[in-house]
Amino acid sequence: MKDAFGLPQSLLVLGGTSEIALATARRLIARRTRVVWLAGRPSPALEAAAADLRALGAEVRTVAFDALDPASHEAALGKVFAEGDIDLVLLAFGILGDQAHDEREPLNAVRVAQTNYTGAVSSGLVAARALQDQGHGSLVVLSSVAGERARRANFIYGSSKAGLDAFAQGLGDALLGTGVHVMVVRPGFVRSRMTAGREEAPLATTPGAVAAAIELGLRRRSETVWVPGTLRVVMSAVRHLPRAVFRRLPM
Amino acid sequence: MSADTVSVTGWGRTAPTAARLVRPRTYEEAAAAVRACGARGGIPRGLGRAYGDAAQNAGGAVLDMTGLDRVHAVDAAGGTVLCDAGVSLHRLMEVLLPLGWFVPVTPGTRYVTVGGAIGADIHGKNHHVSGSFARHVLALELLTADGEVRTVLPGTPLFDATAGGMGLTGVILTATVRLQPVETSLMSVDTERARDLDDLLARLTAGDHRHRYSVAWIDLLARGAATGRAVLTRGDHAPLDALPARRRTRPLEFRTARLPAAPARFPEGLLTRTTVGLFNTVWYHKAPRAETGRLRPIPAFFHPLDGVPDWNRVYGRGGFVQYQFVVGHGREEALRRIVRRIAEHRCPSFLAVLKRFGEGDAGWLSFPVPGWTLALDIPANLPGLGPLLDGLDEEVAEAGGRVYLAKDSRLRPELLAAMYPRLDEFRALRAELDPRGVFVSDLSRRLAL
Repeated sequence: MKDAFGLPQSLLVLGGTSEIALATARRLIARRTRVVWLAGRPSPALEAAAADLRALGAEVRTVAFDALDPASHEAALGKVFAEGDIDLVLLAFGILGDQAHDEREPLNAVRVAQTNYTGAVSSGLVAARALQDQGHGSLVVLSSVAGERARRANFIYGSSKAGLDAFAQGLGDALLGTGVHVMVVRPGFVRSRMTAGREEAPLATTPGAVAAAIELGLRRRSETVWVPGTLRVVMSAVRHLPRAVFRRLPM
Repeated sequence: MSADTVSVTGWGRTAPTAARLVRPRTYEEAAAAVRACGARGGIPRGLGRAYGDAAQNAGGAVLDMTGLDRVHAVDAAGGTVLCDAGVSLHRLMEVLLPLGWFVPVTPGTRYVTVGGAIGADIHGKNHHVSGSFARHVLALELLTADGEVRTVLPGTPLFDATAGGMGLTGVILTATVRLQPVETSLMSVDTERARDLDDLLARLTAGDHRHRYSVAWIDLLARGAATGRAVLTRGDHAPLDALPARRRTRPLEFRTARLPAAPARFPEGLLTRTTVGLFNTVWYHKAPRAETGRLRPIPAFFHPLDGVPDWNRVYGRGGFVQYQFVVGHGREEALRRIVRRIAEHRCPSFLAVLKRFGEGDAGWLSFPVPGWTLALDIPANLPGLGPLLDGLDEEVAEAGGRVYLAKDSRLRPELLAAMYPRLDEFRALRAELDPRGVFVSDLSRRLAL
């Protein structure tokens, strides 16, 4: 069960090698979390992540999960929920793709969309149903500021996150009153493996900062969390810029 | 019998979870509800005054017992009452005071049910004299997991598991309670100020035995030399001859007044260190330095907050946490350290009370043990509150003390066994009595009770 501060005792990470997710898991293990499930494609990296968290004192298990195989989601997540309540599901998988390359390789672009959007639709619905059955829990969805308004430089990724974001908001509204809390997290540019070698955007942040914002959002039962928080104001301005101006922004 | 899926919280309004709220109106309906609980079980709930998650059951059933609210029999000569578990102490006072009887124990609110009073084994300002509520229970009827009703008598393991058992042994249906005789419905109250914590402890130690009721409001925002300054309030039921002539014609009159309820959407963030600090300073200085024999009505002495319905809303959407612990006599150093840490963290608490407990009772998970108990309320969104309270838990456990489950919403489960040494017996009895785990609450899940 979550405590008065929204801190979970059990955590399921979808996308078990995500740096943001692991930073969040480390933070939560230091507080109340004792049981962690890392769901992802079986790999040495997934096992290494599990071992790292185990060293912090949590009981950590891995489970095979592939965002690109929606038909398997029911079984994969069902196995986890059958073992006991999950207080927090962190939907953290996602790929950035390579915009310039993907524009010429539509199948690659579709892969980005299927991972980030349809994979999340499927696993998000499965997780939401399980949380609803247990009458409590939070579903934290890692969206992105890129989904707020698609940019020329990464609109394939951006549009997939826009879809994910809209889906998660709607899901949150659908689950109102069911005891399940859905929180959409919109980080800006996060310095991580995923963005390594890319030019940093303004207001860049770190996985640790996103983890801290998630902990705070859980305590406040927030519906939307921006990281850093100033992005809320910045993006509300950006959202209303005329297209012609937005297009010319150096970002 | 109606049943709706609703979002449920405790009085602190933190950690909402959804449950099927069932309102049985007869014992048969209650038994049917228990039999129909399903995989996620059920838990009885009274008036929802437990601060944390004791009367919540995510995904399962919550049995709202307030529909079972009949007072069956009052023995006005012998001083006992037989009533349903859903009867509130407020109702009992309305019925009993005109007959010259008072409830044996009342907490800071009248709006708790008899079932809840036993389930949490509540205490009041008279703990040093009268112990906790279950000490005054002569018998109770318990609906157990098999759907059967058992009569449970004091001195039996099932009674001791049920007193303070947070509703996890079964649903209390009725109770027979021994009452306190009173000549009037007024309290004779002595008030004095204590300039710091040591002064307070000394005054409580020296004077408690002279009064049936004793409690101290403590200013936890005061620092330095004033750390732990307090206002002691002690009282006794006023004898008839203490009343002024015009009141002597209606000595047992019980009247309660309630202000309009706090608005549902109270603005967030009014209770800050500044506003609460100001309140506390005024409250301390406006209390008389020393006053004796002032006559006060029962609600004003015992239940001032009941005058504002839904006062818990003043903490806004974020809700609040109640922290109550007890440490034994001889552990004053731990108490001082804890008070200092709270004061240094600047917790904006305006409802902090310190009390000296008397002998504990037999309930396995009953909270009171002889010593000092401090209760305080803190807005849940205060930065750093979680780690602060975790630190205090360590101090409390180290000093052989414990925290109160009826108020808890955040204890680290690992500390529970150290705080409640009879936890294993409780678990064993539950495993035998309720092998399918019919009775379960968010609290029992969180702490693995």
